[in-house]
Amino acid sequence: MSTEIEALGIDAGSTTTKMVGVTSSGRLAWHHLEPTDPQIEEQLRRFLEISRKEAGPAALPLVGTGYGRNLVQPADRRVTEITCHARGVFQEMGHGGTLIDIGGQDTKVILIDNRGSIVNFVMNDKCAAGTGRFLEVVANRLRIPLQGMGDVALSSREEESISSTCTVFAESEIVSLIARGHSTEHIVRGLHRSLVRRISALAKTAGLIPPVMLSGGVAQNAAVRDILSEELGQKVLLPRYPQLVGAYGAALIALGLPKTPQAEQRL
Amino acid sequence: MSALGSLRYHLNVSLLGNAYLRLDRMKLDRQMRQPGFWKDEHLSPPLRVSPWLKELITRHYLKGRHANDRFKVAWVTSGGPVEFLTALGYYVLYPENHGAMCGIRRVSEDLCGHAEAAGYSRDICSYARTDIGSVLSGKTPAGRLPKPDLLLCCTNICQTVLYWYQVLAHHFRVPLILIDTPFVYSEARDHDVAYVKKQLEHGVEVAEKTAGRSLGHKELKETTLRSKDAVELWKRIIETGRHRPSPITAFDEFIHMAPIVEMRGEPFTVDYYAAMLDELEERVAHDVGAVRNEKKRLLWDNLPIWYRVRQFSTLFAKQGVSLVASTYTNAWGELAEHIDPERPIESAAKVYMYPILNRGTGDKLRTIRRMVKEYQADGVILHSDRSCKPYSVGQMDQRRRLTDELHVPALLLEADHNDPRCFSEEQALNRLGAFMEVLEG
Repeated sequence: MSTEIEALGIDAGSTTTKMVGVTSSGRLAWHHLEPTDPQIEEQLRRFLEISRKEAGPAALPLVGTGYGRNLVQPADRRVTEITCHARGVFQEMGHGGTLIDIGGQDTKVILIDNRGSIVNFVMNDKCAAGTGRFLEVVANRLRIPLQGMGDVALSSREEESISSTCTVFAESEIVSLIARGHSTEHIVRGLHRSLVRRISALAKTAGLIPPVMLSGGVAQNAAVRDILSEELGQKVLLPRYPQLVGAYGAALIALGLPKTPQAEQRL
Repeated sequence: MSALGSLRYHLNVSLLGNAYLRLDRMKLDRQMRQPGFWKDEHLSPPLRVSPWLKELITRHYLKGRHANDRFKVAWVTSGGPVEFLTALGYYVLYPENHGAMCGIRRVSEDLCGHAEAAGYSRDICSYARTDIGSVLSGKTPAGRLPKPDLLLCCTNICQTVLYWYQVLAHHFRVPLILIDTPFVYSEARDHDVAYVKKQLEHGVEVAEKTAGRSLGHKELKETTLRSKDAVELWKRIIETGRHRPSPITAFDEFIHMAPIVEMRGEPFTVDYYAAMLDELEERVAHDVGAVRNEKKRLLWDNLPIWYRVRQFSTLFAKQGVSLVASTYTNAWGELAEHIDPERPIESAAKVYMYPILNRGTGDKLRTIRRMVKEYQADGVILHSDRSCKPYSVGQMDQRRRLTDELHVPALLLEADHNDPRCFSEEQALNRLGAFMEVLEG
C-alpha cells in the first residue's frame, strides 16, 4: 500500500487529529486518528513518524488544516478546514450541495456548487452549543460513552425539551431533569433535538443547496443524522469516512502541489 | 479661567508643548526619509503626512489636558453638530474618539471593567463603558481629560447616547443639549428639518449662556465653510481608493479619520487633508498601492475592531488583500453637498439627519451595493459589532442579498469595536482565512 501514496493531509482539530494519505488518483489509501493531545507539536511529529512507517518513507507533499494547522510546521501549505472539507466531500461524493460539518468546537455549513467551488459558508458564533462539545459534556455528565449517545437517543420516541442552548447551562438543566425523575433516554433525545435545531437554524441562514451532506466526528451519531434529516425535511448523505473529510481534502490539495524542499526536510 | 490658568495653558501648550510636538514631527519626518526605514514587504510605507497626523492628535489631547485653564469645554457625540460650539470658542472633546484611542492602546477592557463594577451592564455599548469607566477611574492614555462645561448629544447615531449623556450630565452636573433627529426613510420632511432646527437654535442659546458670549454669524459661517472644505477633501481622499491599486486602505482611513471627526471646522484640518490628498494623488499617478501586491479588494462595513486594526492590516496585506473602502469612513464624506455656510443652522439641521445610521437598513444596502461597484470590490466583510446595534441590525439580510443578488462573497465577522472580550481570536482568524481562500477560488 505504501508505494501507492502520493500525498498527505493532516487535520489537527480541537478534539481529534487525523492524517490521511492519498494515491495519485486521489483515493484515500491510509489514515491515522488520535484524540488531540495538549502537546500538539509533539503529537504532530509522532504522526509524521507513523506516516513514514505506515504510508511509506518517500518525501511526500503535506497540507495541514484544522485549528492546529499553524503548528504543523513542516507542512508545504496550510489551508482552512472550510476549503479542505469542501474539496474532500466533493471528490468523494462527486457532486456539490450543502455540507454540514459538525466538529468538536465548531459547526460549519458550506455551500458547494457543481464544480466543487465554495459558494458560501457560515459557522457557529462564539459559542460551542451546536457542536460536538455539547454532546461530549452531556455524555460525561450522564456517564454514557460518547459513541453510545446516538443509540440511547434513538431508543426513545419521547423527548424532554431542553430549553438552554448554552452547553454549561444545559448541563445544569439536565441535572435538574434527572432530579425530577425524568428518563435518561428522553433527556438524551431532547438534547439531540436541541443540538440539531441549532445546527439546522444555522444551515438555513446559509440557504440550503440540496443534497445535504454531513461530515465531522458527530456525523457518526445516527440520532443526529436522523433528527437533522427530520428538521431539514430532506435526506442527509454521509461520506464513507465523515471524520476524515477535512484531512482527505488537505491530502487532495497536497496532491496538486509542486515538490518543495520541505518534503525532503521532513525526512 | 483665571489669568494664572491662562498663563499656565500658554506655557504648557502654546510654548513647551508646541515646540516639543514640532521637534517630534521633524524627528519622525527625518526617520521616515532614512533608507531602510520601512522593511515590510507587503505594505507600502506609511503616508509622509503621518507625522503631521500624530502632531495634530497629540496636540488635540495636550490642549485637552489643559483646556479647563483656558476654554469652555464641550463633550460631544461623534455625529453631533459641532460647528456652533467651535465658533463659540469651545474646546470640543469626543468621548467616542477617545474610546477608539483607548481601544487601539488596549486599555478599553480595563476601563469597561470600571464601568461594569459600577453597575453598567456588559450589554451597553463598549464606547459608553470605556468613557464612563474613564470618568469614574480618571484613567486615560491621554494623561487627563478636561471636565466638560457643556454636553451635546445628537441621536443621529444611536439611542444609547441619550442615556449615556444623561449619566454624564448627572455626574458632572452640567447642561446637556439634546438634538433629537427623526429617522429619515427616504428624504427628510420639512417639518422634521424645522424640528431639528428649533432644537439647534435652543442649543445655541444654551451654549452662548455657558460660554458667556454671543455667537457671531461671521465665525459660524467660517467654521461651517471649513467643515464643508474638510468633508469634501475627506470624500476625495477615500475616493482615491477606487484606483487599482488602491493608494490607501480602510485601515489607514480608520486612523487618519481622527481630524474629520474631532477637529472638524478647524483650519489646520483642511490643510492636513489637502496635503494628504496631494500625496494620495501622487501615489495614484505612480500606481503605488497601499498593499504592494494588491490581488483582491474588499469593502468593510461597520466600525473597526480598534484593538485589532494593526494585526488585521498586516494579515490582509500578507494575502495581497487590500481593504479599499469602508461604509464607516465613507459616512464622514457623504454629507458635504448638504452643508451650506450661508445658512449654517438650517443646513446643519438637514446634514445631521442624514448619517447612514439615521437612514435605515435599505439605505445602507444601497450604499454597500454602490460602493462595491465604484470600488470594484471582490467581497465584503460585515463586522457584526456587538456594541453597535444600529449599525449591525440587518447585516444578515444584507449579506444574503449581496451573495444572492450581486454574487459578491460576503462574510459576517462577529466582534466588538472596543471590548476584546467579545472577540474570539481563533474563530475570527479562521473565518477570515477561509473567506480569503474563497476569494482566491
